[in-house]
Order: sequence, then structure tokens, then C-alpha cells
Amino acid sequence: MTDILNAIIVFANFVLVPGAAYGAQLALGALGITLVYGVLRFSNFAHGDTMAFGAMVTVLVTWWMQGHGVSLGVLPTALLALPFGVAATALFVLATDRVVYRFYRRQRSAPVIFVIVSVGVMFIMNGVVRFIIGPDDQDFADGARFIVSARDFRDMTGLDEGLAIKSTALLTIVVALVVMAALFWFLQKTRMGKAMRAYADNEDLALLSGVNPDRVVMVAWILVAALATVAGVLYGLDKTFKPFTYFQLLLPMFAAAIVGGIGNPVGAILGGFVIAYSEVAVTYAYKRFLGHLLPESLAPESLVQLLGTEYKFAVSFIILVVVLLIRPTGILRGKTI
Amino acid sequence: MSASLRGPVLFALMATALAFVGFYQSWSLSLAILNLCLISAIMALGVNVQWGYAGLFNVGTMGFAAIGGVAAVLVSAAPVGEAWAAGGWGLFLSLLAVIATIVAIVLIRAKMPKGRARGFAVAAAILVGYTLARWAFDPAVDAIEAVDPALSGYLGGLGLPITVSWAVGGLMAAGVAWVIGKIALGLRSDYLAIATLGISEIIVFIAKNEDWMTRGVKNVTGLPRPVPYEVDLQQAPWFLERVAAWGLDPVEASSIYVKLSYALLFAAVLLALLWLSEKALNSPWGRMMRSIRDNEAAAEAMGKDVTARRLQTFILGSAICGIAGAMLTTLDGQFTPGTYNPLRFTFLIWVMVIVGGSGNNWGSVLGGFLIWFVWIQAEPAGRWMMDVMTMGFGEENPFRLHMIESAAYMRFVLMGLILLVALRFAPKGLIPERTKLGA
Repeated sequence: MTDILNAIIVFANFVLVPGAAYGAQLALGALGITLVYGVLRFSNFAHGDTMAFGAMVTVLVTWWMQGHGVSLGVLPTALLALPFGVAATALFVLATDRVVYRFYRRQRSAPVIFVIVSVGVMFIMNGVVRFIIGPDDQDFADGARFIVSARDFRDMTGLDEGLAIKSTALLTIVVALVVMAALFWFLQKTRMGKAMRAYADNEDLALLSGVNPDRVVMVAWILVAALATVAGVLYGLDKTFKPFTYFQLLLPMFAAAIVGGIGNPVGAILGGFVIAYSEVAVTYAYKRFLGHLLPESLAPESLVQLLGTEYKFAVSFIILVVVLLIRPTGILRGKTI
Repeated sequence: MSASLRGPVLFALMATALAFVGFYQSWSLSLAILNLCLISAIMALGVNVQWGYAGLFNVGTMGFAAIGGVAAVLVSAAPVGEAWAAGGWGLFLSLLAVIATIVAIVLIRAKMPKGRARGFAVAAAILVGYTLARWAFDPAVDAIEAVDPALSGYLGGLGLPITVSWAVGGLMAAGVAWVIGKIALGLRSDYLAIATLGISEIIVFIAKNEDWMTRGVKNVTGLPRPVPYEVDLQQAPWFLERVAAWGLDPVEASSIYVKLSYALLFAAVLLALLWLSEKALNSPWGRMMRSIRDNEAAAEAMGKDVTARRLQTFILGSAICGIAGAMLTTLDGQFTPGTYNPLRFTFLIWVMVIVGGSGNNWGSVLGGFLIWFVWIQAEPAGRWMMDVMTMGFGEENPFRLHMIESAAYMRFVLMGLILLVALRFAPKGLIPERTKLGA
């Protein structure tokens, strides 16, 4: 019996808990991508760098607050700095929309032109972030590191295996849930949210019913900025802030959005968790897990790892390709343009 | 300016810019820039074949360039006999297992009726095949990587001249492009972009992590050269005589001689590819491609096989990028998987094509030259600018130091601005595509 419990704890410690946190981060990122896709109708290649930008502003404000002795106790100070990051990112994104995207929207350019334009925006954001904060890792996490440390857990339960829950993991999940709930409330209950859904569903009909397209687009960009910043900050708190990793997140986030059904917010969340758990489960070495379950004579000698951790991005890619081939609209029917 | 004059004038301006660098900085630097301009132009040509001819949005250029680099290693590095003896059989067995699995899957799909049983059979075949392949592969790789890890630890290559790898790189990239195209070309344009972006990342991850093949991040250095070494030239009597007769410094002259040799080789390849591309573009095939790009439905109605033609252009363009990748590794003399960065190897190439003129081969080549030149020169220019702008601060002022240190990243911003400005104000590029209707 204890063997089975030990196995479950090992699995929870290395797969379930980290996967949940990572899944929430991907889901928030994918929500931003799906919103751009639904309302503005293109795949935004600059989304990863938008996350980096928002996280960077938050990091800078966090440092400034830490320098002035502001602290949230057990919670990271970054939570206080988050609204500043969201505001700065919203301004930046609205400025790019005004200067760049609006022109092509008025021209009714093909989606692929928008994608190339977003590559240009990506270059600029990339350069700005590196220019201001540099290309290296930055540490801005403070507050309590663990809710339950592996040792405490072992002492508490008397099991051989420990379950460590990082405070950032729990924080990620809680914040993500709050943000998602707020987003769905907005989309379902408010007048603006309904207008946005109508606009995403059928632009002509929405315009006919008196929806103001400029306002819809503006609010959509603000939401995208908020989602991107929250996702970027949570990822940075949970792992590390490094500009390039946000670019690399682009692929898993796109995969999450497409797998769930692009343009569909519930799908983006589902997709985020599907991608995160597949990545973690496929690259996890099951040696210790099986060691607890199997009799000693059968215990595996190798790591029993399907793919090396360095190939985790390949997992999201493979899922993406399989879904696109079998069910191109995604698990929950997304839209196709 | 008339359209026919525009191209030559712009190329002349480009040559003047390079000559300026030669006179005011150094000829060695000017030639170094020229060499990378030539390679960039070839990559831009490859992207233009895909985007300009057929409207395929491929952002996996980095992956194909990396394949070319791998080809350079596999063709030209000296073989490591000990590693082959240690792990050759294991690798061969695991390859057999993979082939057997693929054959089994094909057979199952052909013989069994569609349904749940077939799905399970395929899954079982994959599982068994994977286990067998890993069982042979893992110990073989460990054995190979244990062979003198500081110096080799990989299988090495075939020890052939490195110029052979240019063709091999092209073929390998074409092979990979065939597989990718089969899977991804049916997708919508921006899904194709995401798919190719992912594949290029995976290719670079493989190059970084499969140490038995490419030494991974330990890099393969000292690849053979198609041109003489500077050190040898500085001791060769014929060279020293020439140099003395012209009154040049032997060290400087040897460096210029080597770079000039590279430039001639690269220019030959570029001209050959450019000639072929122009021939293709102005042939019935090229007209067919443009008709598919501009009106897919009409082309299909005329009986053109759109999917097959797209696959064809995808393969051709990727092969050109593979050739360029192998040439780049040749020029570097080493394969460093850690340096492949999507901004530099994919998106920068896209800026070249868009700015130069998509659909026009000469335009893409010009874009390759111009954007590479700007990319390289933006760094010293940015540093100088920051230096001037922060003159008022003290020499050791942290703000001033930060600005000067970060100036290098301004070129990303610059590239983004160039791309956006080009898309907005000159969407057809510097040398626009020629159309029958004129204009």
C-alpha cells in the first residue's frame, strides 16, 4: 500500500503539480492568442514578445518596489507591480495597433499579411526588451518559496517520497483561475463582451447591429495585453524571466490554442492543459515511479523516459500536427477563416 | 526612374556601399560582409521561390540552414573509426527497427479494414518498434559518446571535400522538406507558418542534443576548407613573390586572398541558382505557379494539381536554403548548433525578401545584400550613436554604459521598422515583380 502511495506522490510531485502550473501559464498565453485570432483574425507572432514586454515592466517595477522596502509578506511583490505591467503593455499594444495594424485592417488585407506585419512588431518588441533589460536571466521572485517542502511532507506523512508544492505553482493556478473567471464573466455578461463575441462571430452582422468596431478592437487589445502580462509574469515567477524563453513559448501556446479550437476561449484553456501535461508526461523519467510499483526484480534500470526533456517542444508540435490532421478545427470546434 | 534601370542602379549603389567599407574600414571586412551577403542572398532566393512564386509562408528557414550545416559535418569531417566500431552496429540495428516499424505500419494500414482494431494494431507496432529501437540505440549512443569525448565522441563524417556537402545539404533539406510538405502543406497559410516554425526549432534541438551525430553544443570545429589557409599562404613562395611585387602586407593579403576565393565560389553558386530560378520563373511552370498563387480556384479549374505543385516549390525553396546553410558552415569552418537563432536565420531572411521584392529573384538577391549589410553595420553605427547621444554623461555613468552596451539590440528594432515601413509604403519591394501588364 505505501508503495502505491509513494508512487502516486512521486507522480504528483514531478508531473501533476508542475503540469498544472505550466498548463495554467500556457492557457493564459493561448487565451491571448485566441482572442487576437477571434477578434482581429490573424495569428499574432508577436504574442510571446508581448509577454516578455509585460513581464519586463513588471520586473522593473518590482525591483523599484523592493528597493523602497515594499513587500507583500509571503506573496511575491510582483503581484503589486502587475497592474503597472498590464497598463504599460496595454499602452504599447494599443500604440502598435494605431500605428501598424489599423492600416491593414482598413485595407482588409489577407491574414498572411497581418502575420508578416506581426513579425515586424515582434522584431521591435524583441529589440526593445533586450535593449532595456538585456538578454539574460533576471530574478524578481520573493516571498515564501514553498507551501509544503518535500522534507516537511515526508515528516508529516512518514512516506519515503516528498511532495513539494512551490508557492508560485499555487499562485499561478489561483491567479489564472481568477483571470479566466473574470474573462468569461466579461465575455458572457457585459454588453462589451457580447459585442466582442458578436464581432468575432460575424463582423458584418455585428456592424449592422451597431457594434462599434474600433471600441471592440481596442478592448480586445487591452484584454490581450492583460492576459499576456499575467501569463508572462507567472511564468517568470514560476521558472525564470529570460526574454528568449518567451519567444520559445510561442509554439506551445499556438499549439494549445489550435488544439483546443482556435478562437474558442474554453478550447484555449483545455488546449493549454493538454499540451502542458503531454509535455511533462512524455519527458518525465518513470524510473522511480515504476520502482515503487513493480517488485524489485522487475524494477527498471534505465530512466524509462520516452523523450529527453530537451525535446519537450517537439511534443507540443507532434500533438499540433496530429490534431490538425485528424480534426483541423480542434477538440472544441474552433473557427476556420 | 524606369523599371529596367532601377535594378542595375540599386545594385551599383550596393557595390559602392561595399567599396566604401573597403576604403574606410578595411577590405578584409568588406569581403567578409560580401561573403555573408552572398549566402544571405541565396537563402532569400530560396524563400522567394516559396513565397514569391507560390505564396507559401515558410518560417522554417533556420531549420533548413541547420540541415545544411549538419550535411557539412557529415560529409567533410574526418571519420572516427573507433566510434563506428563502438556503436555503429547498434545504430544500424535501431535504424532497422525504425524501418521495420514503418513497413509494419504501412502493411497494417493496407491489409486491415479501417476501424478500431487497425488503430490498436498501429499503436502496438509503434510501441514495439519504439522499444526495440531505443533498446539498440541507447547503448550505442553511450558507447559512441564515450569515445574520447573531449575531441570526438561522435561518428564523424565521410572525410570528403566540403564543397560536396553543398549539394548534399540541398538534397537533405529537400528530403526533410518533402516529409514536412506532405504533412503541413494542406494547412492554411498561417498554420503552415506555425508548423514550419516548430519544425525548424525541433531540427535545431536535434542538432544541439544528438551528440553522436553533431557533437551537440560541443561544436564541430576545424572542418576542412575548400580554399587555402592563411598560414600556408604566408609561407608559400609563389604567394609571397606576388605580394612583394604588388607591395602588399603578406598577412593582410593572405586574408583577402582567402575571402576573395570564398566570394568567387559563393558568387558562382548564387549566379547558377539565380539563372535557374529566372529560367523557372519565366517558363510555363513559373506562370503556372503564379497563377496558383494569385487564383488557386482558377488554376485548379484549369486542371493544375495545386497540392503537388506547392510541394514541388516547397522542396525546391528548402533545398536552396539547405545549400546556403552548408555554405555558411563551410565559411565558418565549424558547426555550432547553439548559434542558430530564428530571428537571424528565419525572420531576417523574410525581411530581405519583403524589402527586396517578393516574386522577383533579383529583388530578393538585392534584399539579401542590403539587409545583411545594414544588419552588420547597424551594430557599430548604433554604438557610435549611443556614444554621441550620451556624451553629456560621465565616462563611467551607469546609464551611459548601459546604453552603449545595449546598442547592439537596437538593430532588432531597426529591422522591425524596416520591415514595417517596407510593407506599408513599398509592399512590392525595391525591385517589384514584373508583370505582363507593365507598371
